[in-house]
Amino acid sequence: METFIQQLINGITLGGLYALIALGYTMVYGVIQLINFAHGEFFAAGGYMGVIMLSFFTGLGYMDTHPILCLAAAFVLAMGYCAFLAVGVEKVAYKPLRRQSRLAALLSALGMSIFLSNGMMVTQGVYDKAYPGELFQGGVNFGMIRIGYLQMTIVGMTIVLLFGLNLLVFKTKIGMAMRATAQDKVMSSLVSISSNRIISLTFAIGAGLAAAAGIMVGLYYGSVRYDMGFLPGIKAFAAAVLGGIGNITGAMLGGLIIGMVEIFGAGYISGQYKDVFAFIILISVLYFKPTGIMGENIDDTRV
Amino acid sequence: MIHEFKKVWKPYTIGLLWLLGLLWPMLGIHPDGTLTFDETFTAWGYIAIGTSICLLLYILNKSGSLDAVSRPLAGLRDTVGQASGKVPNWVWIIVLLAFAFLYPFFTGRYAQDVATNVLIYICLGLGLNIVVGLAGMLDLGYIAFYGVGAYTYALLNIHFGMSFWICLPIAAALAMIAGSLIGYPTLRMRGDYLAIVTLGFGEIVRIILNNWMSLTNGPNGILGIKAPSMYIPSFENGFSLEVLYLKKLHYLYYVALLLAIITVISVRHLNFSRIGRAWESIREDETAAELMGVNTFKLKLLAYAMGALFAGLAGAFFCARMRFVSPESFTFLESAMVLSMVVLGGMGSIPGIILGAAALIVLPEVFREFETYRMLVFGMSMVVMMLFRPAGLIPAKRMGKRGEG
Repeated sequence: METFIQQLINGITLGGLYALIALGYTMVYGVIQLINFAHGEFFAAGGYMGVIMLSFFTGLGYMDTHPILCLAAAFVLAMGYCAFLAVGVEKVAYKPLRRQSRLAALLSALGMSIFLSNGMMVTQGVYDKAYPGELFQGGVNFGMIRIGYLQMTIVGMTIVLLFGLNLLVFKTKIGMAMRATAQDKVMSSLVSISSNRIISLTFAIGAGLAAAAGIMVGLYYGSVRYDMGFLPGIKAFAAAVLGGIGNITGAMLGGLIIGMVEIFGAGYISGQYKDVFAFIILISVLYFKPTGIMGENIDDTRV
Repeated sequence: MIHEFKKVWKPYTIGLLWLLGLLWPMLGIHPDGTLTFDETFTAWGYIAIGTSICLLLYILNKSGSLDAVSRPLAGLRDTVGQASGKVPNWVWIIVLLAFAFLYPFFTGRYAQDVATNVLIYICLGLGLNIVVGLAGMLDLGYIAFYGVGAYTYALLNIHFGMSFWICLPIAAALAMIAGSLIGYPTLRMRGDYLAIVTLGFGEIVRIILNNWMSLTNGPNGILGIKAPSMYIPSFENGFSLEVLYLKKLHYLYYVALLLAIITVISVRHLNFSRIGRAWESIREDETAAELMGVNTFKLKLLAYAMGALFAGLAGAFFCARMRFVSPESFTFLESAMVLSMVVLGGMGSIPGIILGAAALIVLPEVFREFETYRMLVFGMSMVVMMLFRPAGLIPAKRMGKRGEG
């Protein structure tokens, strides 16, 4: 029983991270019907910016005096950086191809993903980059169950971000404009919503969330690597599909489920094959219920 | 020219500044708490100068200022094109074949090795062309079948001592079965979803190869696989047949050439047969094809199986050449590589894919000194290619406007 609860907590932590990445996929897909292959790279770039900023602050000595402030600054800067990166990528690689075939856009995204991950390799080195330690050591014990402070921070941060996104999308004018663009680009542009600006904004928000997930993964596992974006990217995509692609609540739920399945699968079935479970879910969802658990009906051209 | 320049300079400058903003945090912030700018500006300067030259040439060409140079060149190209058009196709094919046969006689080991690689990738590219170029289904896990072929030969050879030539059809058949197995559940999907599911299957195959220790020896790979062999008559003590292992590079080159020629001929025949036309009709409009009586389900499955077949052949040969296999060789990046050969050369076009495979293997070898930047340039050129020439270097003749993955 203790193991079960412990695994449940680990699953929630991981699932929250997948949910943050999955949101970027689902929002971009909702607006321009493109699988943004480079999204995993935004996540990795976020992890790198986190480690760069945190070690910079450590080098300056601020880390010992104001750890929380430094961490907050690192989060803000990394999220800003990735939003900046994503808007650039969108303008260069996706915008000119919006009227071309889907295959062209997909291959351009693939090329961008290879370019970005190798760009990180060239600038930051091939080897793992370690996060400065000593952050959030320790935790709380409830009997046999142990919750690390870091895990609490990750879950708390994830909840805050998800809540903020929900507010943004469902309660503000900008969110309304985003939903309108996702529904009908022509009609929304007729009521003077600039679809270009909304698309850029969507990319920026998605990449910002992925960057936050990148830092938290870096803190959680202790290091980042240039190719770390690939697998979480695909798993998060599986989460987005599971929740019904284009659906924000669905992506959160899907991420949570994928994280749980991975942790429980690794714990109770086989640790070696933990990466396979997400793929199996992805394939069976697409086979049996391509609209996902929360998705609306989509015509067969999209499946 | 001024007008052209006005249109472009603003986004270009913004783009360069944007790049500077993205580059500096990666290069200029150091863990010891210092900030530097030199490195960033040097790297950025190179990029800025390079792209400026490209942009300038592009604008000059568009506005017609380069006509003095480009017109004679275009005229020359046209005359050469016309002259070569007069020569019948079979002459070109014979010249190409003669070149391919004589190649090992005037080149060294390194060049032969690269050429063998090109031939393997031609097989792979043409196989993937059946799935992507003809049937219009985007497959991102194609390398899995290559892996199936390679491991089939490796295991049969290690455990049962079976020879390469017997294993070749077995590897192809097993790859075909794997192709059908993977194809079957994915046939209901189209476009992006299909791409991501095939990617998932490709990764599953790699993870299984990596973790099934008792069968595949996991990440350590399988060592000691025999090279292809041949019986040659020997007349020393009367008459006997001796086994000759084709370990020398030029022997292997000829085996690869044989496989590549078989692949080219079969893909060409498939392309211009009833089946090939049916595939193309599926690519252009699946619903209409079904309405016209094309059995789309069967034909899509067949496309998968045929594509996998050539990957299986190439895989078995790859394994026999390296005499070693490990899951490392079958990563997603390899799939992306083969796919970009198909796209770069021109989907559905056989000469295009041969050119694409040659370009993507030979160019990185030429620029070996810049090894670190290889994949960087590769990714960027894929994007640039999609932006400026999405149909590929030699576009296929029969390609409609609706062909999308």
